[in-house]
Amino acid sequence: MAQPVEISITATGRKVTLPTGLFINNEFVPSVDSSDVIQCLNPATEEVICSVVAGSAADIDRAVAAARAAYNTTWGKNVGPVERARLINRLADLMERDRDVLAELESLNNGKPVRVARDFDIGDSIGCLRYYAGWADKITGQTIEVDNKTKLAFTRHDPIGVCGQIIPWNYPINMWAWKVAPALACGCTIVMKPSELTPLTALKLSELIVEAGFPAGVVNTVASLGSVGGAALAAHPDVDKVAFTGSTVTGRKIMEAAAKSNLKKVSLELGGKSPHLVFESADLEQAANWAALGILYNTGQDCTAGSRLFVQDTIYDKFISILVGKAKEMVVGNGFDEKVSGGPVVSKVQYDKVWSYIESGKQEGATLALGGQKRPGKGFFVDPTIFTDVRPDMKIVRDEIFGPVLSVAKFSTEEEAVKLANDTSYGLGAGLHSKDADQCMRVSSALEAGTVWVNQYNLLYNNVPFGGKKQSGIGRELGSYALDEYTSVKAVHWNFGEKLDWPF
Amino acid sequence: MPETFVYQWDTPAYKGNTSLSTGLFIDGKWVDGSNNTTIDVINPATGKVLTKIAEGTSKDVDIAVQAAHKAFDTTWGLNTPGSERGRLLYKLADLIEKHAEEFAALEALDNGKAFNWAKMADVGLSLGIWRYYAGWADKVHGETIETASNQLNYTRHEPIGACGLIVPWNFPLLIASWKLAPALATGCTVILKPSEFTPLTALLLAKLTTEAGFPAGVFNVVNGYGSVVGQALSEHPTLEKIGFTGSTLVGRKIMEAAAKSNLKKISLELGGKSPNIIFDDADLDAAVQWANHGIFFNHGQVCAAGSRIFVHAKIYDEFLRKFTEKTKELKVGDPFAPDTFQGPQVSEIQFNRVMNYIESGKAAGAKLHLGGHRIGTEGYFIAPTIFTDTTPDMKIVQEEIFGPVAAIIKFEDDDDIVAKANDTVYGLAAAVFSTNIKRALTTAHKLRAGTVWVNCYNNLAPNVPFGGFKQSGFGRDLGQHALDNYTNVKAVQVNLA
Repeated sequence: MAQPVEISITATGRKVTLPTGLFINNEFVPSVDSSDVIQCLNPATEEVICSVVAGSAADIDRAVAAARAAYNTTWGKNVGPVERARLINRLADLMERDRDVLAELESLNNGKPVRVARDFDIGDSIGCLRYYAGWADKITGQTIEVDNKTKLAFTRHDPIGVCGQIIPWNYPINMWAWKVAPALACGCTIVMKPSELTPLTALKLSELIVEAGFPAGVVNTVASLGSVGGAALAAHPDVDKVAFTGSTVTGRKIMEAAAKSNLKKVSLELGGKSPHLVFESADLEQAANWAALGILYNTGQDCTAGSRLFVQDTIYDKFISILVGKAKEMVVGNGFDEKVSGGPVVSKVQYDKVWSYIESGKQEGATLALGGQKRPGKGFFVDPTIFTDVRPDMKIVRDEIFGPVLSVAKFSTEEEAVKLANDTSYGLGAGLHSKDADQCMRVSSALEAGTVWVNQYNLLYNNVPFGGKKQSGIGRELGSYALDEYTSVKAVHWNFGEKLDWPF
Repeated sequence: MPETFVYQWDTPAYKGNTSLSTGLFIDGKWVDGSNNTTIDVINPATGKVLTKIAEGTSKDVDIAVQAAHKAFDTTWGLNTPGSERGRLLYKLADLIEKHAEEFAALEALDNGKAFNWAKMADVGLSLGIWRYYAGWADKVHGETIETASNQLNYTRHEPIGACGLIVPWNFPLLIASWKLAPALATGCTVILKPSEFTPLTALLLAKLTTEAGFPAGVFNVVNGYGSVVGQALSEHPTLEKIGFTGSTLVGRKIMEAAAKSNLKKISLELGGKSPNIIFDDADLDAAVQWANHGIFFNHGQVCAAGSRIFVHAKIYDEFLRKFTEKTKELKVGDPFAPDTFQGPQVSEIQFNRVMNYIESGKAAGAKLHLGGHRIGTEGYFIAPTIFTDTTPDMKIVQEEIFGPVAAIIKFEDDDDIVAKANDTVYGLAAAVFSTNIKRALTTAHKLRAGTVWVNCYNNLAPNVPFGGFKQSGFGRDLGQHALDNYTNVKAVQVNLA
């Protein structure tokens, strides 16, 4: 095991060599004590792409040891910021060079359209790496006046150390970049655990880590089951920090494991049930475009999916008919088809989960305005689905579905809209559409979400922070704020003049 | 049509060639000066004319300013997002790196500094600076500020607009980079006025901005005399910012012209007479090396040069002996010989100026311990010179010489030395050599200078700020603070009531 395999991508005729081992100390190796493998599927065809080595808890130990050794010798405080920047920029260059291969691999394993993977997922990822490369030599502390005659006080923003990073399957490459870039810029070393559903691009990117010139052990990749590798990282006594993106359920387990082990720092980016508000003054055409994007982009498999739509009663009928029309225009199919704007959901488990929510919507009495019919044949395809006449207590309104399933309700006043929007334990994203500037200010201020989109939805920039309020998470990614997640502040009090009298 | 300067090097240190337009570079085009006159560019190693460059007039300045304003309003400023500005700056840095040796050779030919030093120091540090500021382009943050619940207050750090950047002849490419990189990163457009003594590397840089893809009008170069082009920029009625590095004398003129015209923002990085204090507990050998470099690097043509070297009486004799020995080892000669440390002074004017200071030192009764004479009969070479037994009132101790002339001064009193060191109208840099951290830091904190080096000299990094106290100027180059030179803070206060 752990030998590279050659994959043939039927749609483009491309052959890709894929490493299948665990990436530790810049080498691909077999498991130290397990013969388990992870089968990677193509969700559009349900066919097996290949198998990769599944890491065990002992493999995680090995990876952590490698990351710790690198932190103590070739990385951490042993490498200067200009060099860190240079390597991260080099990695970005290589990702740009291999953009097409990576896009096809991402589409094959995740199902998203190739052109979306290439232009958005990978384009944003390259930008993310370059953005954080630019921060590497700009991580400054403070000098602070205490007593000018005898003391110097200052802070240093030290790298946190060895970081376990656990990423999900919905944006494999993009989530990889969001985590790897700031951690490396700050001088941390990494044990990356990609999702067991979509480990292939993380393994391919590990080849680029070597080619870029990162010292061995700085980035390690252990494909593994969440309950094995993820749990091992969260509980590991020699990991200084765990960063996780995924479900709220798993996030709790990680925080618990961190608390019970070594109180490692934890950042979590979890689920959402994000409200999308359309007020009567909104540009209805545009609002419908953004609302459709908000629930259908990435086939609804987005933590900030605008999955609860609230429309002001005065424009409700008109808006819904526009929205349904937009949703119908969305072509869902195989990601290698250039006409397609959405792919399948990622797996059978997700497929069954989404359908069980659709069934529960029907059973609880919501009205199906669009969708609700399963497609025959292969592939985990779910077509755009819109429920109207929903009640706040319905499962489809309370729970995160993570599919292209929208719940729509009416409101009459602004106060009611805000109340309905905030009635959730989540707080990741929110959107509002209105031409009334004062209303935009009031409502954006009142919405309890880490990101509020005004007259748009879903679009993120590498220099603007992202993260959740309430049970959607802890900490922020992107922007300068991510640096706080990977640095640890040390205050140095340097006495050069005070003599201490004794006895005190 | 401007002439092309073509030159070929076949030297021990470098073999290569260059081909540059000698015109003004305005709005993406190479043009003659509006008077069709030229300025001679002299090779200071030989005293001979290398080429002629187009001479800019106040009319050319106005055309360049209009082009820069237009680009700012359309293709640059905040019309191009920071991530894209950063991308272009990184691209330019890569091109500078590709042409590193050509830049170093041009700098050595034009300024007289040794090719190897130009490559390592001038070009090397310039590259780091372009890349550093490329990284800032999408990180120029404002703030949101809380007052009352029905108010939204935030600041924007907006680029000022078109900026006139007037740079000197001692580090032509490097100091131009100090100013250009943060200005462009923040979204400003620029009119660069290189020194009329050393215009060549700016011409290559302009050529590369086209190749990198900067829109026309973002980057402009107007060569000419300070009294014409520099003056025109300083008094221009719609230009809102000047960044200047040069003499204190000229800095005053710029400030005056700015005050009399449109109160444009100015940042000035001026002269210095920096003290280097060597305590008796210094690591003597290290101190000798650093102090020597501190005054003789770049032929003494450094604003932060450690030109007043204060040595504690206990170690004075030994320091002087070792310092003298080290100085005798410095190789003065052809910039393109591989082991040259010091080339010629930049021009005949500078040569005469330095020689006059040496004469004044002798006349005032200082002891000429070493050097003090011209080397050779061609070019502007001056032997590294050491004066001892000076008094504080002497011109060679008070005034900036800007040449390879060190004053080594004995001191005994620890308490008094800081006062002596601070006894200057300047405040650009200072240094302290001591192995006792208390002494080193308390002294450093008392020295009135924008940079204090402890147990080193001349260390610069793109991310550490640099600039003067007192008459050495105001505003900071390098580091994050340089961004403030090129931005206006706008506060937006929104009433939500």
